[in-house]
Amino acid sequence: MLKIKNLHASIEDKEILKGINLEIKAGEVHAIMGPNGSGKSTLSSVIAGKEEFEMTEGEIIFDGIDLTELAPEDRAHKGIFLSFQYPVEIPGVSVTNFIKAAINAHRKSQGLGDMPANEMLKMIREKSELLEIDRKFLSRSLNQGFSGGEKKRNEIFQMAMLSPKLAILDETDSGLDIDALKVVANGVNKLRNKDNAILLITHYQRLLDYIVPDVVHVMVDGKIVKSGGKELAYELEERGYDWLKPEQV
Amino acid sequence: MTIEIIMELKDKLISSFLAFEESCDVDADIHLLRSQAIKEFEELGFPSKKEESWKYTSLNSVLKPDYSVFPKKENAIEYGDIKKYLVHNIDTYNLVFIDGIYSSHLSQTTHDKIDVCLLSAALAKPKYKGVIDTYFNKAIPKANGLTSLNTAFSKEGAYIHIHKNRVADKPVQIINFATGNEAALMIQPRNLVVVDENAQVQIIERHQSLTDHPVLTNSVTEIFAGKHAVVDYYKIQNDRSSASLIDSTFIDQKAGSNCSMHTFSLGGKLTRNNLNFFQKGEHSDSTLKGITIIEDKQHVDHNTLVHHQSPNCESHQDYKGIFADSSTGVFNGKIVVNQVAQKINAFQSNNNILLDNKATINSKPQLEIFADDVKCSHGCTIGQLDKDSLFYLRSRGIPLKEARALLMYAFANNVLESVKIPEIKKRITHEIAMKLGVSLGFDL
Repeated sequence: MLKIKNLHASIEDKEILKGINLEIKAGEVHAIMGPNGSGKSTLSSVIAGKEEFEMTEGEIIFDGIDLTELAPEDRAHKGIFLSFQYPVEIPGVSVTNFIKAAINAHRKSQGLGDMPANEMLKMIREKSELLEIDRKFLSRSLNQGFSGGEKKRNEIFQMAMLSPKLAILDETDSGLDIDALKVVANGVNKLRNKDNAILLITHYQRLLDYIVPDVVHVMVDGKIVKSGGKELAYELEERGYDWLKPEQV
Repeated sequence: MTIEIIMELKDKLISSFLAFEESCDVDADIHLLRSQAIKEFEELGFPSKKEESWKYTSLNSVLKPDYSVFPKKENAIEYGDIKKYLVHNIDTYNLVFIDGIYSSHLSQTTHDKIDVCLLSAALAKPKYKGVIDTYFNKAIPKANGLTSLNTAFSKEGAYIHIHKNRVADKPVQIINFATGNEAALMIQPRNLVVVDENAQVQIIERHQSLTDHPVLTNSVTEIFAGKHAVVDYYKIQNDRSSASLIDSTFIDQKAGSNCSMHTFSLGGKLTRNNLNFFQKGEHSDSTLKGITIIEDKQHVDHNTLVHHQSPNCESHQDYKGIFADSSTGVFNGKIVVNQVAQKINAFQSNNNILLDNKATINSKPQLEIFADDVKCSHGCTIGQLDKDSLFYLRSRGIPLKEARALLMYAFANNVLESVKIPEIKKRITHEIAMKLGVSLGFDL
């Protein structure tokens, strides 16, 4: 589904990603772990198409299509979803209206008209129940005054509504207490199926107890320095990252 | 060269005055006022950039056309042609003027408990003499060239009088259309709004040109809010790029009154809003809010004054501006607090987004505080659309144009929160969406 080959990317001439290779197949869950500043969030932004980053080398192929020249919205329409570490606040636009705008933009890209109101409502009800989201929450301005947990829950709610092929969850566990983490992880697990894939970006092994990955990658200084099964996460938890400096690999 | 042209319009107006007076009733009391005013205009003329408050707004280009001062009477407008410019989904009283002339068949007036009619009638009929003598031209503390010019040619406009303890049963719309029958037209609407003690009214005002011929409107509105009166006034400025508007509004507030002015500036060649609040009684409350979204070479200038003359009052100013292409904006907000006006809360905020390198905003707060126990704050920001926010929206599949529109809406949105007529909120949201050329896929 996703094939990243020798990806180099930089921002303001500073190289952050220094040759990433990664392949994710449908039905898989991958986790990328690594210390702060290793380029994990940059990788997720580059896949989603953030324009401030310049891809200097390599390619990102998604479902056989080279994403390099595609705008973020076009990538979204193809099925890529990024759950943000820091979701932005949009005053005056409710969660419901925002998700309507997003859904209808997806439909428009497929040549469909707006989703009928009753269908939309039904879907909103189902997906908000999945994430134990209060009805009142849906009429609040998007992310405005939301707690860290509410913001993350809202991100996964949007994921549930848009049902992407590839969901990149960037530090979805940060700012969540254990109960909220369980709800979010449970929501994500229910959305998993053989046709979609998930890329988890995280510092901590904690999230991986709830969303169990098929593959764990370790990223240090812009490169993936080690890949392995879920047991790698435990090893990292115990030993830290120092034993995995890129030059040692 | 330019100076010469300005002289021409000034001279033309002065020489037209006699003919104008002949068309009016010269025996009326207002005759004296007009004669005095034309003399003042002769002396003061049009403001120039040399004046501090006109530093960033030049009238040169809008004074150039050879404006006709006397439109031909031509009322070939049907309701269907203008419906879209009215807030028409709610029941309102309507005062419609076409090329400065009252259109009875498009208007709906009343004298039932409240007076909503035309100024020319109020000026002429003895019944209204008391109100006219007490209020007409009394809210303007110091004449300037533009207000004098308007007074000299004052003849038609809205006359709204809400009697003591009355609440207007529906909003009043004042709409001035220019038809373009003339190659170029200058109009001078004059509105008088008197809201007695404990009375309430909501007013919507719009100036709309129907063709691409140049139009210059020099409008003056006086509003008197009696004790505990409530006045909510909405100005929708979304005219063609051939039409310019100079609006001077004076609001005189008595104790406990609550007045709000929302100005939505979404179009027009040049728009200058001179908005003046005078708090003349304790516990009065003033709200001044605006959304400006313009492009091309459009120019919008908000020149506000809040003069706190009594203690224990509040004022709230919040102006949001979004400027595209080489459009220019000015916010010049002056707050004066007299020595007696202790315990004042005065807030002012002006936030701007420049979408292009060529767009300009000049923002200038001015505070003159002579009392020592007051709370005054002002803040001004100038920025751009946030890249991270744009990326967030686009990553959800919302295309760039719509994402920008959503962010602009979010930026300006809180100004709409204090709008008390839901239909106006909808209307403004719709006009903004139309202007930005997007369908946001939902009703905001």
